[in-house]
Amino acid sequence: MSHVAAPPPSPTRSATDARIGVVTFPGTLDDRDAARAVRLAGAKPVSLWHADADLHGVDAVVLPGGFSYGDYLRAGAISRFAAVMESVVDAARGGMPVLGICNGFQILAEAHLLPGAMIKNDHRTFICREQRLRVENVDTAWTHEFRPGDEITVPLKNQDGQFVADERTLDELEGEGRVVFRYVGWNPNGSRRDIAGITNAAGNVVGLMPHPEHAVEPGFGPDGPQGPRTGTDGLRVFTSALNTLLHP
Amino acid sequence: MGRVVVDVMPKPEILDPQGKAVASALPRLGFTGFTGVRQGRRFELTVDGPVTDEVLATVREAAVTLLSNPVIEDVVRVAEVAEAAEPLDEGTPA
Repeated sequence: MSHVAAPPPSPTRSATDARIGVVTFPGTLDDRDAARAVRLAGAKPVSLWHADADLHGVDAVVLPGGFSYGDYLRAGAISRFAAVMESVVDAARGGMPVLGICNGFQILAEAHLLPGAMIKNDHRTFICREQRLRVENVDTAWTHEFRPGDEITVPLKNQDGQFVADERTLDELEGEGRVVFRYVGWNPNGSRRDIAGITNAAGNVVGLMPHPEHAVEPGFGPDGPQGPRTGTDGLRVFTSALNTLLHP
Repeated sequence: MGRVVVDVMPKPEILDPQGKAVASALPRLGFTGFTGVRQGRRFELTVDGPVTDEVLATVREAAVTLLSNPVIEDVVRVAEVAEAAEPLDEGTPA
């Protein structure tokens, strides 16, 4: 693979120079929302295509939610072998910030960039709700801007959202502080130890089932303290990445 | 034409929500006496020539790479079969 991770940002670099790629697979639904979140955070969204191995010089990558390949076989199982993923895996191993949301998280797990797997929700139905989460690791590329223990509300919508891994892996994740987001109040899908999102050992790759990209603009997010639809807790995930790129 | 069947089952320690749903539907329809249901998948892979050891080795590799996810599933069978799966005569609704 000839692709190399993004060059280090220059001191004169401004926010709008930071390019964050958003990958579209066949069946991806939330690529536009993810691109919008990137733009609202102050970075430049760059559309990436599943069949194109070229990452077009982006500094970070978002694998958005949806039902790529109709969740055939297993959620994320076929997308994992897309041409773009070889480059994403290489870049992630080189330290590039990569975020997987929902189906994107499933793809990261299938690609072995993150441990564990997602199976059908324990209640066996699709679920869509405004979900409370606790941010437990603020040292990742995507959570710098939170404080430890911050509670946030973002939409959650999935059918195969139950995070599972063997006990040893779960203990390792907990022991190394790699649980990034945990469900608060109610576990919506039976995920082991209420885990909603995790990171790799280096902290540059993060995957979560809930959707921060749907809580980035007043008027279009979940209910917040300022009133209905005012919640923008998800935006900090994207501004965190931008800050990581600007101040590595 | 050769045919290889691959059976994949959820790992015993992994909750199988689909199997559980089927298990709870059975008694509602009068099929009683079953203490559990696990739901897996069967794949049938066909090749032009005979099923050689090499073909079986390739299928085994595909089975653990793509057809199953070793985190949550076990490959429980990779075997050559003579015919494609056919419906049972008995028990088919009239």
